[in-house]
Amino acid sequence: MKYVDEFRDPFAARGVLAAIARTVDAIGAIKEKPIHIMEICGGHTHAIFRYGLDKLTPPGLEFIHGPGCPVCVLPMPRVDEAVEIAERNGVIFTTFGDAMRVPGTKKSLLQAKADGADIRMVYSPLDALDLARRNPNRDIVFFGLGFETTTPSTALSIQQAAAERLTNFSVFCNHITVPPPIKALLDDPFMILDGFVGPGHVSMVIGTHPYDFIARDYGKPIVVAGFEPLVLLQSVLMVLTQISEGRAEVENQYARIVPEHGNPISIAACNDVYEPRDSFEWRGLGEIDKSGLKIREKYAAFDAERKFGIGYAIASRALAEPDGCRCGDVMTGRIKPRACPKFGRDCTPEAPLGALMVSSEGACAAYYQYGGAQLEDVA
Amino acid sequence: MNAHLRPPRRLSATHVTLAHGGGGKAMRDLVEDVFVAAFANPGMGEMEDQARLTNAALTVPGARLAFTTDAFVVDPIEFPGGDIGKIAVCGTVNDLVVGGAAPLWLSAAFIIEEGVDVALLRRIAASMRAAADEAGVAIVTGDTKVVGRGSADKIFIATSGIGVIAPDRDLRASAVQPGDVAIVNGALGDHGAAIMIARGDMNLSTEIVSDCRPLGTLMEATLAAAPGLRAARDATRGGVASALNEIAAASGVGIEIHEAVLPLRAEARGVCEILGLDPLYLANEGTLVAFVPECEAAAAVAAMRATDAGRSAVAIGNAVVAHPGVVVMNTMLGGRRIVDMLVGDQLPRIC
Amino acid sequence: MCLGIPGRIVAIADETRKLALIEISGVTREVNVACVAPQDEPLAKLVGSWALIHVGFAMSLIDEEEAAKTLALLIELGEAQAEIEAMRASAGEVVAP
Repeated sequence: MKYVDEFRDPFAARGVLAAIARTVDAIGAIKEKPIHIMEICGGHTHAIFRYGLDKLTPPGLEFIHGPGCPVCVLPMPRVDEAVEIAERNGVIFTTFGDAMRVPGTKKSLLQAKADGADIRMVYSPLDALDLARRNPNRDIVFFGLGFETTTPSTALSIQQAAAERLTNFSVFCNHITVPPPIKALLDDPFMILDGFVGPGHVSMVIGTHPYDFIARDYGKPIVVAGFEPLVLLQSVLMVLTQISEGRAEVENQYARIVPEHGNPISIAACNDVYEPRDSFEWRGLGEIDKSGLKIREKYAAFDAERKFGIGYAIASRALAEPDGCRCGDVMTGRIKPRACPKFGRDCTPEAPLGALMVSSEGACAAYYQYGGAQLEDVA
Repeated sequence: MNAHLRPPRRLSATHVTLAHGGGGKAMRDLVEDVFVAAFANPGMGEMEDQARLTNAALTVPGARLAFTTDAFVVDPIEFPGGDIGKIAVCGTVNDLVVGGAAPLWLSAAFIIEEGVDVALLRRIAASMRAAADEAGVAIVTGDTKVVGRGSADKIFIATSGIGVIAPDRDLRASAVQPGDVAIVNGALGDHGAAIMIARGDMNLSTEIVSDCRPLGTLMEATLAAAPGLRAARDATRGGVASALNEIAAASGVGIEIHEAVLPLRAEARGVCEILGLDPLYLANEGTLVAFVPECEAAAAVAAMRATDAGRSAVAIGNAVVAHPGVVVMNTMLGGRRIVDMLVGDQLPRIC
Repeated sequence: MCLGIPGRIVAIADETRKLALIEISGVTREVNVACVAPQDEPLAKLVGSWALIHVGFAMSLIDEEEAAKTLALLIELGEAQAEIEAMRASAGEVVAP
């Protein structure tokens, strides 16, 4: 596979890994006092564990797994609202696969499907649009979730629906943006972060300048990275190099796909369709200002919240995390998944208690599945 | 008048109705014209409520009867490379042959949804006959029920199979020892990928075809070349990962496999990359994993490659002393990660 | 929300709706190419290009030159490392009695 296989070459991997080891040494970082690099995006967390990269990098380098998993940070009340919509008469509720397992306060979408709701997995919002065209007597609702990588596709689909004057298509909008939670983490006095590996695909939409504040105001380096293991490692090397040279800049390792100013058509579509919510709840992190998107009045006919009378009413929220859940601490890097008392016992992928076990991108789920913990025992 | 001399019954209906499950003439016509006509063998004798069978191999002292059962509910019913009937035969045959049994006879019970097209049933029956012939088994008894619309998804099939294990064979997962080599006979995940495409929800197109096929010939050839073969497992639901985990758990060995050598067709890989699926967990219907003593590994692979079902056979790893009960994969980058049992269903990722 | 995979645009399916056919490792799918559509030029110009595909949308064209540069850098690192290892190995041979 072109543009994929080349970036998984083990020969080149040895080279990058050796360079990483040398640089970590040069910085003087050791296991007891490591360099903390946060990979923001859930896709990067998954790649690290899938390829065993955390085992290949030296003990003086520690990965802090960031909050970039939109499925994981979906608050339970929002899942309840999704289920409520799905259970309405005549609705076909369409969703990406991994969102189906997220538990609400009563049930997940998968359980609602078992209970009889017409919930269908789709690969693309285009497929949901297609369902709407082919089923004029049903109400098709698309569960719009994801970061900026995915917000344009939902926006373009809404614009398409408007152009075709479809009356039976709407979006339950749960899109969120990356920069606000990063700022929240950087403002947290207990966070020790030395650098960031930036989300490659979010950046192909928004460009690299939204991260300028990280280098400029907080003095931390950030390298926008692709997802193949080699380029991920190279990005880590670039962050370490900046640290060793005392620099703090925004660098783009993924220039073959990420344009400096992002994608103008995507950005325009998003500005046309969405406006920021004052605040939005992130499971495990709490309410974050201006971090969520809602559909503008102009496209009210395609807003499932208006259509079904489901509101984002902050007053009724304040849902406590299950007893003993330490997702917040794991997400901010204070503890590793294994240190959470619930990990692997009360909280497993089959019966997830908290956000980070829910989706396979969540740090705890990735740890559990690929054996971050067990491998320490067996390696 | 002898039953086998009267003219065969003809089913005139085009669609199945509840009457066809009623036990009366309509059902008799359906059973005879669709199923018996497809499965019958000359010399099978009269149709009784039970098949009466003998086989010399069963009477050999020390021989054991092998008996297995499976139900098939695949959706869609027909897909590239096969249909529910073909899997129903191959699946049960394969459960017998991976234990070193010579498969002999199958039963087939059908639960049919009211309204199903009779032409579809005929296709399935023909497909089952072809698969049975290829596997060297006979479908000797069966049952048919019809349920109301909505009570079944077009057709469900349950097959049971009987085979005979020769006295000198004793394949068992618990016999796998450190040093034994793990071998698969072909590309992983073709069936799972083909089904995902055929369902249509993902709107992907590709040429991929299910690997559904009987593995008796392959097993016999392999056992002849590698008589020390410890155990084999059909890698169906849950994929090769599940089969490996079962063996690790049963034998208490650890297992190490190498990502770089796993055989994968380009199209299956494409489907997995697009949807974020792991091919180790995709279902197979004609792929097994076998463990042989190290000294017999080369001979086993060669023997497999000489058969139709084993052209892409390759050793993918081995049993080890370390991490008992746990399957570990050496990633193509040189890292390591655990290959755990599947949790629930593998869902396509967006992330 | 990051699962994106490079795919090659092989045909235009619908000019008005901006849909094209892409191919990835033998698998084809219709995707929306609005984000990468050339301004004031027919969509057909895209045929043969590579794009990053995410949930049925072509999000960004892949800059082949940049890709080659990145790859070259990585290979260089790999070769440099191989040299270092070779030197170490040969040094070991000389030193050992």
